[in-house]
Amino acid sequence: MRSALAALFVREVKIAGRIGGGATVGLVFFLILVTIVPFGIGPERQLLARIGPSILWIAALLATLLGLDRLFQADDEDGSLDLLMTSEVPLEILVAVKCCAHWIMTGLPLVLASPFFGALLAIEPPGLAGVGLSLLIGTPALTFLGAIGAALLVSLRRGGLLMAVLILPFTIPVLIFGVATASDLSGPEGPGFQPLMVLAALTLIAAVTGTFAAAAALRVLLR
Amino acid sequence: MRLRAEGLSIDRGGRRVIRATSFALEAGEALLVTGPNGAGKSTLLRAIAGLLPLAAGSVHLAPSAGFDRDASLSERSHYLGHADAAKAALSVRENLEFWAALLGSRNRPAHSVEEALTRLDLSRLIDVSAGLLSAGQRRRVALARLLMTKRPLWLLDEPQNALDSRALDCLLDMAKEHLAGGGIIVAATHTPLPIEPGRALRLGGGP
Repeated sequence: MRSALAALFVREVKIAGRIGGGATVGLVFFLILVTIVPFGIGPERQLLARIGPSILWIAALLATLLGLDRLFQADDEDGSLDLLMTSEVPLEILVAVKCCAHWIMTGLPLVLASPFFGALLAIEPPGLAGVGLSLLIGTPALTFLGAIGAALLVSLRRGGLLMAVLILPFTIPVLIFGVATASDLSGPEGPGFQPLMVLAALTLIAAVTGTFAAAAALRVLLR
Repeated sequence: MRLRAEGLSIDRGGRRVIRATSFALEAGEALLVTGPNGAGKSTLLRAIAGLLPLAAGSVHLAPSAGFDRDASLSERSHYLGHADAAKAALSVRENLEFWAALLGSRNRPAHSVEEALTRLDLSRLIDVSAGLLSAGQRRRVALARLLMTKRPLWLLDEPQNALDSRALDCLLDMAKEHLAGGGIIVAATHTPLPIEPGRALRLGGGP
């Protein structure tokens, strides 16, 4: 079973990394969102530094959802999903592996790029570390929540916008605690860890419910 | 080994497509499902593969060598649907090695990619992107999947689609070998497919 999971992981990473796979598009979209905001609100450094973590989080949220609607749809269109269901590996585990591979290829680059993009928003170095850490812990939750939407809309062509409408409300807690984590870690009275704990809990909950809900949705919808 | 279906009824979109259909196949036998468009041939195959729920009845495959006693029907069947499940971003080799690992994780591959592709006359294209293949070549890649992992029940939905006469001979040859090894084939087709020894099941009335 381990070789099957490794094979699925490698396949997902390869497809995402090749032309049209969408791994780099999310990163470029993230960069564009972050650079567009100062044009909209003006180049006032203090204001930018104050709202910088929130901007990075909202940009990461949108960049993660971008392209996530194809998570299962591409496999449904070419018949791969039918075959995945005839594997001896339970569908829940296959869904979890697909989500992990998707996060490594789209979420992780955002985390790694966030300190550089944060510097564009005049965030100080301690703040950059806080934003990076909060994104590292929080963005997997976005991927797993998005997987539920991707599974629900698997047979709906052009369901990308509908997916954002469906999933964005459920990402609000992650966004709140993500931004709180970023600001508390670099707070003036020393780092505070409570929002970080809640954020980690949200990610764990999303990983479990997302995996099982997405697999259940796929089973029902592919009939 | 024996495949037995009793009183199968299957619904699609609230409409009963297959009504109280029964058949039994011994090891080494093929069932050719025929019928007009929309008669439920694909539906029947998908239901046997476990991709569709049964409204009534049961399908049972007696335990087969090399699999756990409680292995489900779907993990002992090779489903060849209308789509060829080949990713354009990957080469033929990458596609096939992935399916061999995923569908045969408990057993060693029966044939390597090279052997399977040589058999299907595709060894030239092993490192070509699957997106560049013609429809017939993509179909042959899908057939190579059947050779790479051993599963006792083959469910073939219009397997001869897009195949030229040489590839069709190769498919019939593969089917013969599978049956001779004690396998079972259920094939849906609307053109004659000479797989022997074969029984016939006609769906949707008519002559």
